[in-house]
Amino acid sequence: MDLPERASFAHAIRRIVIEQSYRAHVGHIGSALSIADLVTAVVAGPMRGEGADRDRLVLSKGHAALALYGALHLQGRLDDEQIASYCDDGTQLGVHPEPGLDGIDFGTGSLGQGLSLGAGAALAAKRQGSDRRIYVIVSDAELNEGSIWEAAMFSAHHRLDNLTLLVDLNGQQAMNYTPEVLDLGAVDEKFRVFGWDAQVAPGHDQEQLAAALERAAGATGQPSVIVATTTFGHGVSFMESVIDWHYLPLTDEQYEQAMAELEAVAA
Amino acid sequence: MRNDFIAELVELAAEDERVMLLTGDLGYMVLEDFEKRHPERFLNCGVGEQNMLGVATGLAEAGYIPFAYSIATFATLRPYEFIRNGPALHDLPVRIVGVGGGFDYGHNGVTHFALEDYAVMRTQPSITTVAAADAAQARAAVRATRDHPGPIYFRVSKRGDAVPGLDGRFALGRLEVLREGGDAAILAIGSIAHAAVEAAELLANQGLQASVGIVSSFNPGPADDIAELLDGVPAVATVEAHYRDGGLGSYVAETIAERGLESRLLRCAVGRMPGGEAGSQSYLEAQHGLSAQQIAERVLAAVDVAR
Repeated sequence: MDLPERASFAHAIRRIVIEQSYRAHVGHIGSALSIADLVTAVVAGPMRGEGADRDRLVLSKGHAALALYGALHLQGRLDDEQIASYCDDGTQLGVHPEPGLDGIDFGTGSLGQGLSLGAGAALAAKRQGSDRRIYVIVSDAELNEGSIWEAAMFSAHHRLDNLTLLVDLNGQQAMNYTPEVLDLGAVDEKFRVFGWDAQVAPGHDQEQLAAALERAAGATGQPSVIVATTTFGHGVSFMESVIDWHYLPLTDEQYEQAMAELEAVAA
Repeated sequence: MRNDFIAELVELAAEDERVMLLTGDLGYMVLEDFEKRHPERFLNCGVGEQNMLGVATGLAEAGYIPFAYSIATFATLRPYEFIRNGPALHDLPVRIVGVGGGFDYGHNGVTHFALEDYAVMRTQPSITTVAAADAAQARAAVRATRDHPGPIYFRVSKRGDAVPGLDGRFALGRLEVLREGGDAAILAIGSIAHAAVEAAELLANQGLQASVGIVSSFNPGPADDIAELLDGVPAVATVEAHYRDGGLGSYVAETIAERGLESRLLRCAVGRMPGGEAGSQSYLEAQHGLSAQQIAERVLAAVDVAR
């Protein structure tokens, strides 16, 4: 998929996020909007999503799964009925992803666990002589979890250069902005001293994300992290960088406005 | 027992390319042979048990059978949520190997006593727990569960003295009956089983014939076999190096209640947190009522009450 198509793809994910979260009357909207471009850059970019030797994507920040469901729907891996069952009774598509669906190899939801899964998956690929790559997406607040740094040490020690971590650096977490809750400092520097190849990239720019992923794919002897600077609630003016949208569902009026804004951009 | 367990694992790994051994930086003088024989499938993950279980999950998803080794408390409690959301949720064949258990690490103090590992693992319906009573049974368990599709927690004792009459028998979800007697029954799990056998002998010397059964697994557990053994038996004692709640005693209580059995149950187990006391394994077991003599006395009293 070329770069303009990827931008449209990300935009279509955002519309699905608004549509389905409104219909289901559930939150975690801002976080899903935040990673729509990151998910796109991976799944519509270098990721081989099918076959026995497919690449793996671990959405460690599982609460943003609606963005991933949106991508899988756009790829035809979730049909209309499935995506429209989001958060319905008995659905396979809860707020957090569970294993078992095409395109979801690992279930997540408890923060700070996905990087270890990805490290194991990357190590397995190495041991099996496979060239498959492992992508992991974490939130910035997830870096509060100590287990992330266990996995960071492990991945660097084992030179897992088939592992690419994307940090969704949107600067806020459930209750407040990250510098107010637990200041992360320079995330890229932290990973660098842990032995990673670290880049900072604007997280809503498909061209620069593609370049960052390309550099990550070429890294030798080191795992790669792309610290993607994103805007929480990206694409919907009244959600951008507003803490409330970690949890709140949309009212009718807010839904109308959000869709109008997203459609104006698409037009 | 742990050396036998690992020796069997070394053999298994020679036959099965899927087997890997991960350690949380433990196993000095225990794991070296595996590392020497299968260096490409040995992995010291460092002192990070959460990550080790996450890595094991990632490896298992790709087709490996990773055995993740640490002291029982650190292997189960520290990464518990990683176990729940990892191999349990994904139904992957990760093997958690918890060394010690009960008072095996007696001189090390309470942080090293695994007294709730059966309980916490047993609450996960998709995790099989295996606790061998002696070294030969541990070897048999490794082999018998080789292709078990889901996750397994092995409690592997440091102590592995042969339990008389067990002869290395192991079958998932079955009770191994060592002796039969209609006056009482004693059910035991893990390496403390030798005390149960001794207790039955002490009782026999006093003219009371007790059956002895070894429980070696939960999920599946041997509820059917227990119900059969307890039919018409007035009193049953459970013996475990574990807290009183959540382990074998609770399992047998549930079985008695659910099957409508009439045996009176007494649980020989650890009833309080053993903080501030270290010592030899046998000293600590006696402090918590788990010597053969104490078990025998309690069975006698229970039989009297049941009568």
